[in-house]
Amino acid sequence: MKRRSFMIRSVALAALLAASGAQAAEKLRLLTWADYTPKEVVDAFTKETGIEVEITVSNNEEMISKLRATQGAGFDLAQPSQDRITGPQAEFGIYKPLDLSKLDTKLFIGSMLEATKKNTTLEGKVYGLPHIWGTDGLVVNTKAAPGVKDYLDLCGAEVAGKASLRAKRPTLIAFAFAMGMDPFAAYGNEKSYGEMMEKVGAKLTECKKNLKFFWEGKDALLAGLRAGEVTAAMAWDTGGWKLNGETPEIKFIAPKSGALGWVDTFAIPAKGRNDDAAYKWINFNMRPDVAAKVAASAGNFTASAGADKLAAGKLKDQFAESFPQAAIDNIKWYPAVPAGLEAIEGKILDKVKAAN
Amino acid sequence: MGRRLALFLLLAPAVLWIGLLVILPHVEIAILSFSQRVAARVYTFGFANYLEFLAEPVYWRTFARTALLSILVTLITLVISFPVALYIAKFARGKSKPVLFLLCLIPFWASELVRTLGWMMLLRETGILSHFLQAIGVIGRPVEFLYNDGALVLGLVYGGMLFMIVPLTNALESLETAQIEAGYDLGGSHLTVLRRIIIPHAMPGIVAGSIVVFMLTVGNFVTPVMLGGKNGLWFTEQIYSQFITRFNWPQGSAFGFMLLLLSTVIVWIGLRLTGQGFSETLRRS
Amino acid sequence: MSQVADLALLGVTKDFGGHKAVNDVSFEVAPGEFFSILGPSGCGKTTLMRMIAGFEHPSAGDIVIRGQSMLGVPANRRPVNMVFQSLALFPMMTVGENVGYGLACAGISKAEAGPRITRILDKVGLGGFADRPVTRLSGGQRQRVAIARCLVLEPTLVLLDEPLGALDLKLREHMKLELKQLQAAFNTTFVYITHDQSEALVMSNRVAVMNHGRFEQVGSPRELYHHPATSFVAGFVGDTNIFSGEVTGARAAGIGIRLSTDVELAGSGSASGQAKAYLRPEAVALAGSVSELSALPNRFAGTVSTVLFDGAASTLVIRADKFPMLRATLPQAGPLAGIEAGAPIAFGFTAEALKVFSARGV
Repeated sequence: MKRRSFMIRSVALAALLAASGAQAAEKLRLLTWADYTPKEVVDAFTKETGIEVEITVSNNEEMISKLRATQGAGFDLAQPSQDRITGPQAEFGIYKPLDLSKLDTKLFIGSMLEATKKNTTLEGKVYGLPHIWGTDGLVVNTKAAPGVKDYLDLCGAEVAGKASLRAKRPTLIAFAFAMGMDPFAAYGNEKSYGEMMEKVGAKLTECKKNLKFFWEGKDALLAGLRAGEVTAAMAWDTGGWKLNGETPEIKFIAPKSGALGWVDTFAIPAKGRNDDAAYKWINFNMRPDVAAKVAASAGNFTASAGADKLAAGKLKDQFAESFPQAAIDNIKWYPAVPAGLEAIEGKILDKVKAAN
Repeated sequence: MGRRLALFLLLAPAVLWIGLLVILPHVEIAILSFSQRVAARVYTFGFANYLEFLAEPVYWRTFARTALLSILVTLITLVISFPVALYIAKFARGKSKPVLFLLCLIPFWASELVRTLGWMMLLRETGILSHFLQAIGVIGRPVEFLYNDGALVLGLVYGGMLFMIVPLTNALESLETAQIEAGYDLGGSHLTVLRRIIIPHAMPGIVAGSIVVFMLTVGNFVTPVMLGGKNGLWFTEQIYSQFITRFNWPQGSAFGFMLLLLSTVIVWIGLRLTGQGFSETLRRS
Repeated sequence: MSQVADLALLGVTKDFGGHKAVNDVSFEVAPGEFFSILGPSGCGKTTLMRMIAGFEHPSAGDIVIRGQSMLGVPANRRPVNMVFQSLALFPMMTVGENVGYGLACAGISKAEAGPRITRILDKVGLGGFADRPVTRLSGGQRQRVAIARCLVLEPTLVLLDEPLGALDLKLREHMKLELKQLQAAFNTTFVYITHDQSEALVMSNRVAVMNHGRFEQVGSPRELYHHPATSFVAGFVGDTNIFSGEVTGARAAGIGIRLSTDVELAGSGSASGQAKAYLRPEAVALAGSVSELSALPNRFAGTVSTVLFDGAASTLVIRADKFPMLRATLPQAGPLAGIEAGAPIAFGFTAEALKVFSARGV
């Protein structure tokens, strides 16, 4: 009896899968970040084009791993950060070159488009287009820890046991800058980069006793900051501004040694099946009205030209408070990561995490 | 001829199952673990991944730490579960028996993630335990109980208990009550009865439970990441980071094989020390 | 009794939530005695034994072993050892280890224990079996290990909880004799509980018959058999015919009882009103004609309904007018030995043989 109902369900499931497979041409499988796809925008896209969007939320490392496992299949459009495209592309060949003729390039902020194209070009072909950008800096409870102004202050006595970091590469880069070095300049030289990372690793290991935890998900960090268990952390601007809306004394601060600027892109996986839908999604998303909605949802800024005029006033004010002109000029934009550096960084991070 | 065909058809699903889902992936991982990167998209055969494991103290220290803590977790789980299983098997009467068993089972209706989150709520600095201890005046200010080896062991023991209690209860249920009474009647103390009658009888259950708990603990990922926090890695985290954040599949495969080897060796040593046969243990548990 | 009793129970009661499993039981067992407690299942005999062993604690009363009260003394400190119904041998140990277990518990060194184990195994007929696993023994051998395991500790008292129950008939008969001989050889006091009256009667010096938590009668097997004190004992011990009726009054010898089939018999006892009468099959005298039985106060003519041949234990089922169905022992020597069903027969019995007890709803 049970067996039979199980079989019926299996058959039904198989039929359903077959049916959905038949409709695959009308579907866009999107590999993206949390908050980049507000429901309103997805619904409007489906209504306009008849294409359904299937969303998978991820992060840089997992996006690359997922695509690597399938050699670029399983998704029609991905959104890695601009510095993480050429390295994995050289190593694993997981993306296909973009056909710029299918895009309405006027929708992009010109300088940002050019910079991104340059950073994501491998062997003369462009693999990435800018979508959302923002910075990494410090989220600080200014009442509890007024002295935190730079990354190294996270290792200070003022925030002992109440600081937090991600055990990821941006942390290494940030600390290198804060320690007075220039990691981006050392990108081309594995040996000197390795030595630099050793120093950063030693500093982080020493700093570890000061940390509450290494944060993984944004929500866990925000919960810690809200509860007062964490008073200062290296994190994205968007998280800081979100908390600032709830608790005015928590602020996003552009560190003295510079906030780290990132750009998330659009890139098409090597075995994507629906490129047309992918280009349609990109063009749709870069329209100023749509881009403004996405930016509001993500709490970040968009590469869409003209969308900033539509952005919510609150975010503008918060940006202005966090970024005086000097701080904007001091933003360190990630250059493309050459293949092989991730292995060096990973080993340093392993050592930091394993240290007691 | 016909019988051979029948036998073949009968065994085919099992062979396919084991072949496709167990052997094939392992062969692939084995091959992968012996490939080393020369340049982008160029790999050759070599032992570099294993040499890297041996050469880099971070890796084998994490490995040893995982092994030792897993053994500790297994022992603690055994010590805590034994009285529980003994009570359920031999002393609980009537309805209380299934009820007690159910109580042991209930935490496992929630996923491991939820259970671990539960521990985090209890142990965090602004959590229930800290508040409670402050309320009764044991501690003066909030104390963090999370992110240390104690919390990690606690979570792992909690996750392993059911898998220890079930085989132990099964083994102890078959122990005739009269044998325990005879043990006392002939002059045995509690310790003698436990050591010479109850434990020898429960040995197959102890070994089976310990193997399962050890394997689950060594291979656990969620609990060490969430409760262990910043202090000290679990070996599975190393494997995860090789595969996912470093895109270094060959190294991850080599680590995976080391973990497989570790489990096999420790289980083998355990069986040797207790004088139990593997097939007998499987049969009796 | 001149010397101190090995075991004395003084008004022992065990109350299980309002149900008195054992109700005010007192008795003494003399050194070297083979004492049996006989009763149907559920009569409380197991509870009584478990209290003596120390696994249950009396609600009231005292248990005294050689003058020492056992209240508050745990099972492992009592000079009492028990042979369990299931024997409860330790299956993961050899014969020698089973026997040596108690010695090790008592802190006796291996050097001293070895010879004692060998000696006791020789005595119970298991010489050379010390290294054999107990799982590879026959039923009778296991029995002997269980007893040797107790006797090696030289206890004041050995308790035996129906240890023969699991054996087949032939072996059981054999083990009855062997147990009796072992008990005599070791001169240890045995307290034996059973529901099998034959085991109790064959082996014991004295037997207590237990029913509903109380002792009905304590006496030698012969006393119980021939002079039952209560209706229950008369019915439970030995084979018997049971009649119900009403006492008609005292007679010159004994009392009269009118059975429900409307015949009046002469019996013995001091009952009145509704009563039950018990008659042993072997107390029925058989003859070719009633006139041959003129010496007996009760005599009747009837026919053989069935012959139940069982060697020396052969019986006849006899039907007679106005008389309930009756079973009588058929002697295998004498003129009636070859009698067949349907043959006419006369039977009779003394007033002394018909035990009459007031019916009290037993």
